[in-house]
Amino acid sequence: MSIGHALLALLEAGPRHGYDLKRAYDTHLGADRPLHYGQVYSTLSRLLRNGLVEAVGRESGDGPDRKRYAITDAGITDVEAWLAAPEKPEVYLQNVLYAKVVLALLSGRDAQRVLDAQRAEHLKHMRELTKRKSDGDLVDQLICDHALFHLEADLRWLELTTARIDQLAEQVRTTTEGET
Amino acid sequence: MSTHTTDSLDAEPLLQATELFKAFGLTEALDRASLSVTAGETVAVMGPSGSGKSTLLHCAAGIMKPDAGSVRYDGRELTTLSDGERSELRRTEFGFVFQFGQLVPELTCLENIALPLRLGGMRRKPAEAEAEHWLATFDVTDAAHKRPGDVSGGQTQRVAVARALVTTPRVIFADEPTGALDSLNGELVMRLLTQAARDSGAAIVLVTHEARVAAYADREVIVRDGRTKTGVLA
Repeated sequence: MSIGHALLALLEAGPRHGYDLKRAYDTHLGADRPLHYGQVYSTLSRLLRNGLVEAVGRESGDGPDRKRYAITDAGITDVEAWLAAPEKPEVYLQNVLYAKVVLALLSGRDAQRVLDAQRAEHLKHMRELTKRKSDGDLVDQLICDHALFHLEADLRWLELTTARIDQLAEQVRTTTEGET
Repeated sequence: MSTHTTDSLDAEPLLQATELFKAFGLTEALDRASLSVTAGETVAVMGPSGSGKSTLLHCAAGIMKPDAGSVRYDGRELTTLSDGERSELRRTEFGFVFQFGQLVPELTCLENIALPLRLGGMRRKPAEAEAEHWLATFDVTDAAHKRPGDVSGGQTQRVAVARALVTTPRVIFADEPTGALDSLNGELVMRLLTQAARDSGAAIVLVTHEARVAAYADREVIVRDGRTKTGVLA
């Protein structure tokens, strides 16, 4: 899971402090694994260095960092490319796929395109494995079957998420309203 | 509502269904669904239950007439053919494999495989000789003189595939052909079906909701809420 891309996507709604970003990340994506402040600020420093975010003002007050960060045009392009590119089909992809779907919804993009691109990539990989299995010996068959069953599980999740996309969009919208 | 396919754009389609509409009462089963298949190609039609994928197969195969839209097969428009002409086309050019219930229970497996040839006018002996060849190819010779109800589900489905292939069809329509089988038997049926189709140059339209079955195809068409859309996932 790319924390940098997630923070960039969250910044598309408008400039935020590091603290707000952590809170938004934890609310939408970090139920099982909330971000540490150190991760947030080290990631923001890297994004700043790479020109993907910019500091848009500092507020007076206590605390380690009161800078507000805004996404740059280069940052938007980077998020766009990340969301559009399907992940390499590997087992246990749900975390990153879920994050992409939620972030697409949060940033007003077509989340269905994320799911469709991933489905096509998974099926392509499953075709390759099926061909390898058909041409191979029993060991090949067993290895490929293991991967195929896991990929199939991912695809079932993609299908269910597709069926629930409107419901998820509504939930994300409600949660976002609760943040503000 | 969105649906997507990867579509073959290079070769001239052998079968092309374009913008099909079909409603059952107030329920729209197909809503501008399209499908094209080139000779020798295997296309998986995927989608959730009730998405319209079986209706799309039935319309594309001339089993059912769409309310609107075009189905062209090898230069002929299927929607304007009479019922008799479409039956003849299905018997001579197409093969069918369904999930179950396609074999005649009173006939032996050998007679079931020979049946399409007999209906086409072939004499009994050569028809049954051809059926024996397919029984051997699919390793179900043991079932030759048994009735479908007396053999296992896996054997029954292999006999059904043999029956679909015996007339050397140019297109095989398979609707959830492994739906009633366990993983191992399902895989065997898919390997036999796709290999035999490849050997004879037949195209397959494979309706399935299982990704592992769809992975035997060259490409997939996704149907959702009766719709398909081409070229999105190139």
